[in-house]
Amino acid sequence: MKSRRFDHVLLLVGLLLFWQLLYLVVGPNVLSSPWVTVARAAALLQTKAFWGHIASTGEGFALASIISVVAGVLLGLGLGLHRFSGDVADPMLGTLYSIPKITLYPIILLIFGLGLSAKVAFGVIHGIFPIAIFTMNAVRNVSPVYYRTARIMRLSPGSTVATMMLPAALPEILTGVRIGIALTLLGTLIGELFASTSGLGFALIRATDVHAVADIMAITMLLFVFAASVNGLIQLIEQRMRHNG
Amino acid sequence: MASNLDHITLRGITKVFPGNASHPDIHALGPIDLDIVRGEFFSVVGPSGCGKSTLLDVLAGLSRPTSGTAIFNGKTLAGTVPDGIGAVFQQDASFFWLNVWDNVAFGLRRRGVNGAEVKRRVDHALSFMGLSAFSNAFPAHLSGGMRQRVCIARTLVLEPQVLLLDEPFGALDQQTRLLMGDELLRLWRETGATIILITHALDEAAMLSDRVAVMSARPGRFIDIVATGWPSTRDSRIVSDEQFGVITGRVWASLREESILAMGVSQSPTKPEAP
Repeated sequence: MKSRRFDHVLLLVGLLLFWQLLYLVVGPNVLSSPWVTVARAAALLQTKAFWGHIASTGEGFALASIISVVAGVLLGLGLGLHRFSGDVADPMLGTLYSIPKITLYPIILLIFGLGLSAKVAFGVIHGIFPIAIFTMNAVRNVSPVYYRTARIMRLSPGSTVATMMLPAALPEILTGVRIGIALTLLGTLIGELFASTSGLGFALIRATDVHAVADIMAITMLLFVFAASVNGLIQLIEQRMRHNG
Repeated sequence: MASNLDHITLRGITKVFPGNASHPDIHALGPIDLDIVRGEFFSVVGPSGCGKSTLLDVLAGLSRPTSGTAIFNGKTLAGTVPDGIGAVFQQDASFFWLNVWDNVAFGLRRRGVNGAEVKRRVDHALSFMGLSAFSNAFPAHLSGGMRQRVCIARTLVLEPQVLLLDEPFGALDQQTRLLMGDELLRLWRETGATIILITHALDEAAMLSDRVAVMSARPGRFIDIVATGWPSTRDSRIVSDEQFGVITGRVWASLREESILAMGVSQSPTKPEAP
């Protein structure tokens, strides 16, 4: 565990070095230096307007995540348990997962209008399919020997699902949730970039319009830190559940 | 002794898996007749794909025979698992999300056994299987042999009358298998359970069993049943006994032809050429 933490520090130092070098090469019109970026981020975090953007993105992202996870997991469980439905839905989910969702954005806007519901919807269509696919496969991949064991122990179907299938499938479901939440954040931010009046995506696009390089970099860095933290947290839970660390 | 006679009885058991447009029916098993007395250690050896596991499914009540009757303790098995049957499979069935102690306690908790009794039985089973020091370990940190011990302990705490073992040591190395065999014999003596062992290892069957049944290639039938005559106090050291070679030899003699059939070789190999 200690050496892994060391790896992370090494990676961070490497990234910062690369950033600084890149900055020296391309100049302040394109990038701000790590130090200026951190200082700018700290300054932004002291303004009320910026917290307004954070709250707006946070609200959209939280709503979209909850919908993606609940609906995705339920859909995946149903399809995983019912083999025929799963066989029918499998290629459809795969297609929905792989189409570039950005092409649906105009339609989403027409349906939901500008504002919160559009970006939530856009976040959800990014996150729900990977979660459903991972959950379905997690259920299908539960080793058949567990079901044989359940029958030999004369467990009821409900008990088999609750005490054997779900715990066996949970680590893989969490992998799906982790990927799904990362994509939900992506979807929410894309929603804000294109048509929104608030949120970090909106702040980012406005900073781009006025060529505020330090602002762009600071917002990007904060988003990066946030996404990496969420991902790391879920990964940690996942590892705990696999009990093989 | 009348109750011993109707402990496990198979009469004319067959199993046919129905085919479809592209596959013909598969006649997997039988007809098989068998009587197993209470407390017997009975092994079944046979070539791969001969229906050994299908037979075990029928014995466990996991699978309904196509024809014939299977009787356990006077009751006909009809595709439901009766009380008093435990099984350990070749594939690792330990629950990776539970530590060793909770793995072993699993079945008792599902049955609503009270906490003190669960603790008593689990602690006893763990110490019996030499797992006490690993109570808090998770399966991922244990070797394959240790995980099978966990599965055996998990079955033992439910105090089964019949223990069905489907190649439980198939994935283990030879030395571990011999030692696990010793533990199995100890467990058999102490619990008085009937053990039915499915295996492809002739030496394992010959060393452990009261009787060894040899199955034919598909559809699996018994072509020979060899009584070993071992004392119940036997252990793995009997592999150096002269009788061990005789038994293994007889089992192999019956099995050889069938294994060749099962491998898909159309005729017996020709005589070796003169040097």
